[in-house]
Amino acid sequence: MALSKLENLYRQMILEHAAHPHHHGSLKKTSQKIELRNPTCGDVLTLEVELKDGKVADIAFAGSGCTISQASASMMTDEVIGKTPAQIAKMVVAFSEMVTGKETDETEELLGDATILAGVAQFPARIKCATLAWKAVYQAVKADDSKATLGLLHHDV
Amino acid sequence: MVKKMNDYIKDFPILNQKVNDERLVYLDNAATTQKPRAVVEAVTNYYYHDNANVHRGVHTLAERATEAFENVRTKVAHFINAPSKDEIVYTKGTTEGLNWVAAGYGRNHVKVGDEIVISYMEHHSNLVPWQQLAQQTGAKLKYIALQADGQLDMESVQQQITDKTAIVALTHVSNVLGVVNPIAKIAHITHQHNALMIVDGAQSTPHMKIDVQALGADFFAFSGHKLLAPTGIGILWGKSSLLAEMSPLEFGGEMIDWVQLQKTTFKAAPWKFEGGTQNIAGVVGLGAAIDYLEKIGMDNIQAHEQVLMQAILPELSKIKGLTIYGPQEAQERTGIIAFNLDNLHPHDVATALDMEGIATRAGHHCAQPLMAYLKVPATVRASFYLYNTLADGQRLVEGIKATKEFFKNGTI
Ligand SMILES: Cc1ncc(COP(=O)(O)O)c(C=O)c1O
Repeated sequence: MALSKLENLYRQMILEHAAHPHHHGSLKKTSQKIELRNPTCGDVLTLEVELKDGKVADIAFAGSGCTISQASASMMTDEVIGKTPAQIAKMVVAFSEMVTGKETDETEELLGDATILAGVAQFPARIKCATLAWKAVYQAVKADDSKATLGLLHHDV
Repeated sequence: MVKKMNDYIKDFPILNQKVNDERLVYLDNAATTQKPRAVVEAVTNYYYHDNANVHRGVHTLAERATEAFENVRTKVAHFINAPSKDEIVYTKGTTEGLNWVAAGYGRNHVKVGDEIVISYMEHHSNLVPWQQLAQQTGAKLKYIALQADGQLDMESVQQQITDKTAIVALTHVSNVLGVVNPIAKIAHITHQHNALMIVDGAQSTPHMKIDVQALGADFFAFSGHKLLAPTGIGILWGKSSLLAEMSPLEFGGEMIDWVQLQKTTFKAAPWKFEGGTQNIAGVVGLGAAIDYLEKIGMDNIQAHEQVLMQAILPELSKIKGLTIYGPQEAQERTGIIAFNLDNLHPHDVATALDMEGIATRAGHHCAQPLMAYLKVPATVRASFYLYNTLADGQRLVEGIKATKEFFKNGTI
């Protein structure tokens, strides 16, 4: 097998996002700020969100992490701009399901380019790396406090 | 020597498998070790033939189980050269042992203004209990600094341990750096200041002959699962005078002497600490593991790991962009190698190695203050044991090279 299977995880686009992450840094105007840790590896992610007219107007992330967590954060920031908290909650659930192997017809529509992270499902040890940024944005903009939605995220707490 | 040691692989059925189409190379022994047939069979036989609760029945099985349970205590005492089997307390592992000392002894003896001294290389389980104790008692928690190569800085040892020191708690071997700390020397300094020397033996006991008396320890804790025994069984050794002054933390069956409506007297140590039904099968497995290790000889195990390190470290050092943490000389370390590759995150490296059938660990290794001290978020760690071979070491070296090639443009 050697490393051929690795290409399912480390797709070119993922490597590019990790090497040159989008929306990396901090914001001038921030309405929500959150810091999340991945306790198994010590990775830290800081997320700043600017909400305007009930939508994400701008977003930035900072912190250290592996390729998967950095690329996932970068892709997440691309996808959530212009979305409402309710839409984001749906995206986060779709992402969480996708990386645990449950893709639906809607996945691609909801997640756009981030769908490329579906390969993570074959690497269970890396699911937490992929979901960290999505959990962060979910908490930052928390649209509803529906336990059902949160429950879906619990597989990787 | 290595050749002879290689014969032991066949005692470990789990190692005979492929992972991701490659022969498994298990290099996560600092996390937990694999179990030889002798241990698995001892546990199975116990359940098939002798299972009963200990110290309770008068029937034959109960007597057999009790005898097996107490015999292992004697075996453990011999294994670590404890003066008495009554100083051997069964725990669920190192973490529980250290917590019991901090809570059962520390809370009764440490006062406001006292100092507790640990080091930057401690595992969270020899750090957080002392931090908690310091918070609860108003004592001050102090850290011994490390030298650039990761060894304890002996000058800092001299500075930090003072007449205010009540407790010095150190790991014998670092689970990240692989360094062996000079416990006997530090115990000497500790005792000059009338403080207690508490030793975390989780990473030393599996790999070298332990003599708690020669170490000058007052308490010494280790885990069975890191030395071929089942999970959920560990040992706390303490000097009998100290165990007598230490309070039990679990009250209930088994540990009592006489229960009246308003007061209770407890059994003597070690039984006063062992409230409730114990992990009897785990104890039996631990006994079998010690027999297995002693048959090979702890000195031979240590020598085998040295041979591996002497061969592997120079090969790893040749890989450009690879940083090895801790002393660079094999003689100064056990079979633990923590490393990073430039521009690669340790998680990505460990996933790549896993794809090549090599089990390593990536992360902070339950030593976040050490990671902060080394100024790295995490490392990859390969840890060897008696069943690992030079071929395993070579697979690691080749695996790292292939990983580097796969990510040749870096990932971070
Ligand atoms: C140095 C050190 N101390 C303590 C522990 C805790 O051992 P356990 O989890 O078996 O209680 C470990 C193992 O993870 C360790 O490496």
